Amino acid sequence: MTFIAPIKFAIDLLAVLLLALGIKGLSKVRSAREANRLAAIAMILAAFGVLLHSQGTIGISINSWIWIICGTLIGGFLGAVTARRVPMTAMPEIVALFNGCGGMSSLLVALGVALFPSADGSQGALGEVVRNFSIVVSLFVGAITFSGSIVAMAKLQGWLSTPPWTQSKARHFFNILCAVLALIGGICLSIDGQNGLFLIVISSSLLGIGVTLPIGGADMPVVISLLNSYSGVAAAAAGFVVGSQLLIVAGAMVGAAGLILTQVMCDGMNRSLLSVLFGGALGASSVSSGSGGGEYTNITSCSPEECALTLEAAERVVIVPGYGLAVAQAQHTLREVTRVLENADIDVSYAIHPVAGRMPGHMNVLLAEADVPYEQLKEMDVINPEFPATDVVLVLGANDVVNPQAKTDQSSPLYGMPVLDVQEARTVFVVKRGMSAGYSGIKNDLFDAPNTSMVFGDAKKVLGDLLLELKELGVGSKG
Amino acid sequence: MSFFSEALWVLLLGSLLGLELIGKVPPTLHTPLMSGANAISGITMLAALTLIIKSGENLPLLVIGSISLGFALFNVIGGFLVTDRMLAMFSRKKTRK
Repeated sequence: MTFIAPIKFAIDLLAVLLLALGIKGLSKVRSAREANRLAAIAMILAAFGVLLHSQGTIGISINSWIWIICGTLIGGFLGAVTARRVPMTAMPEIVALFNGCGGMSSLLVALGVALFPSADGSQGALGEVVRNFSIVVSLFVGAITFSGSIVAMAKLQGWLSTPPWTQSKARHFFNILCAVLALIGGICLSIDGQNGLFLIVISSSLLGIGVTLPIGGADMPVVISLLNSYSGVAAAAAGFVVGSQLLIVAGAMVGAAGLILTQVMCDGMNRSLLSVLFGGALGASSVSSGSGGGEYTNITSCSPEECALTLEAAERVVIVPGYGLAVAQAQHTLREVTRVLENADIDVSYAIHPVAGRMPGHMNVLLAEADVPYEQLKEMDVINPEFPATDVVLVLGANDVVNPQAKTDQSSPLYGMPVLDVQEARTVFVVKRGMSAGYSGIKNDLFDAPNTSMVFGDAKKVLGDLLLELKELGVGSKG
Repeated sequence: MSFFSEALWVLLLGSLLGLELIGKVPPTLHTPLMSGANAISGITMLAALTLIIKSGENLPLLVIGSISLGFALFNVIGGFLVTDRMLAMFSRKKTRK
């Protein structure tokens, strides 16, 4: 059986290579899909390697096979069904959910090894303290990843709001307390491998909740990306626990790559990671004290018919899609409207804010689904100088990303976030269900502007009406 | 200790590799990349597999391992499929052009 080890080694090396190529390829549009498949193949290879190696060396009992197959079938089936069923609008939530489960898996492995030390295969290879320390890290990071991701998902779904206490100083006290308790548990566990196990799990779970709960608004994607990085760290720690180098490499890669991605996202929003994690919530606390609030004084509302008349006369139209569009599943109706406009020789483009929707790239995915040509999607830096030369801007269910307060009002929590300068355009129509505030809970000065008209209603319904009106006017049907 | 020092090297080099792999990512790909990397972090399924295999006849451990494996595979399979679904939208549009 001496040939098993080299084969396993070769498989592992190949898997690592494919994983690296996969991550690399995923950052380029052209190669992304193949890269994703490559990474999937690498995972299958890696699992095959572990099974082959174990079968060849210590053997796998029937009992083990049964439990392996059970876990695989149930987890795999649920994963496949969830991935198929989930609407494109819920993508950020689902990434958070998957991510949380990855963290949970690492946590359980460490828990199993901690409860039944005899099962640890690497006991001889690793020192007692090192092993216990790996267990601590795996438990700690795994628990934070799980509870944090679940809170992130619940918040994005709207199941959880931001409780007031999390915006006060009390949350720092709470988080520090949890961290200290986790540290105490960790020290105990590192020393004797018994005590403090559940203290770590519970306090780090609470820490994950305490850190994620206060974060709101556009910052949530950054948090999910960061948690994604954590789950890589948790996997690497689990690799130390069971003594698998492949796991350590892959976990470290994902952890580091996730960190970079988080940084890239922060740059896109012109914020530092620290201010997202700590300062963002402090800024939001000023909302509750009223500085960002205030009543609307000059709201103009209009019907889809008026909107259609203005559009008919326009030469350049910019669409600003937001989460409201995603919720209403209105991307296809939007595409029909823009087709009509294009037929009438009206120049149409889409202004994509880096964090429009609930996650970077969310709008790109959604509009791609509706066959919007790639060239019409314009990033913020490109489109912003073009707004003064734009006749009509149609804001569809976006709010915070078009709030001029971010540029003008230093006391606003949004201040400093790059926004789309839609108010520079001649006319702005804001399609919105009601006057409620955006995700950040902040008043939008845009709605008060003299050149802004509100079209109230669900984005899909308004766009449907708009389409009818445009057709009635004969727009785009000439020739 | 040899495994441990080797493992630390592996950790260090793996982290450096991860830092280098992603340079400039177009915003379009932020979500798919996050989702794909997320699927890869389900690699912890290997640890779950190892745990099950080494647990022998220890029932509670088998159950923990199996649940852990389930969670990991939920992450892996769901993650890759969802990423593929997102990316399929981009490529479909490209072929039509």
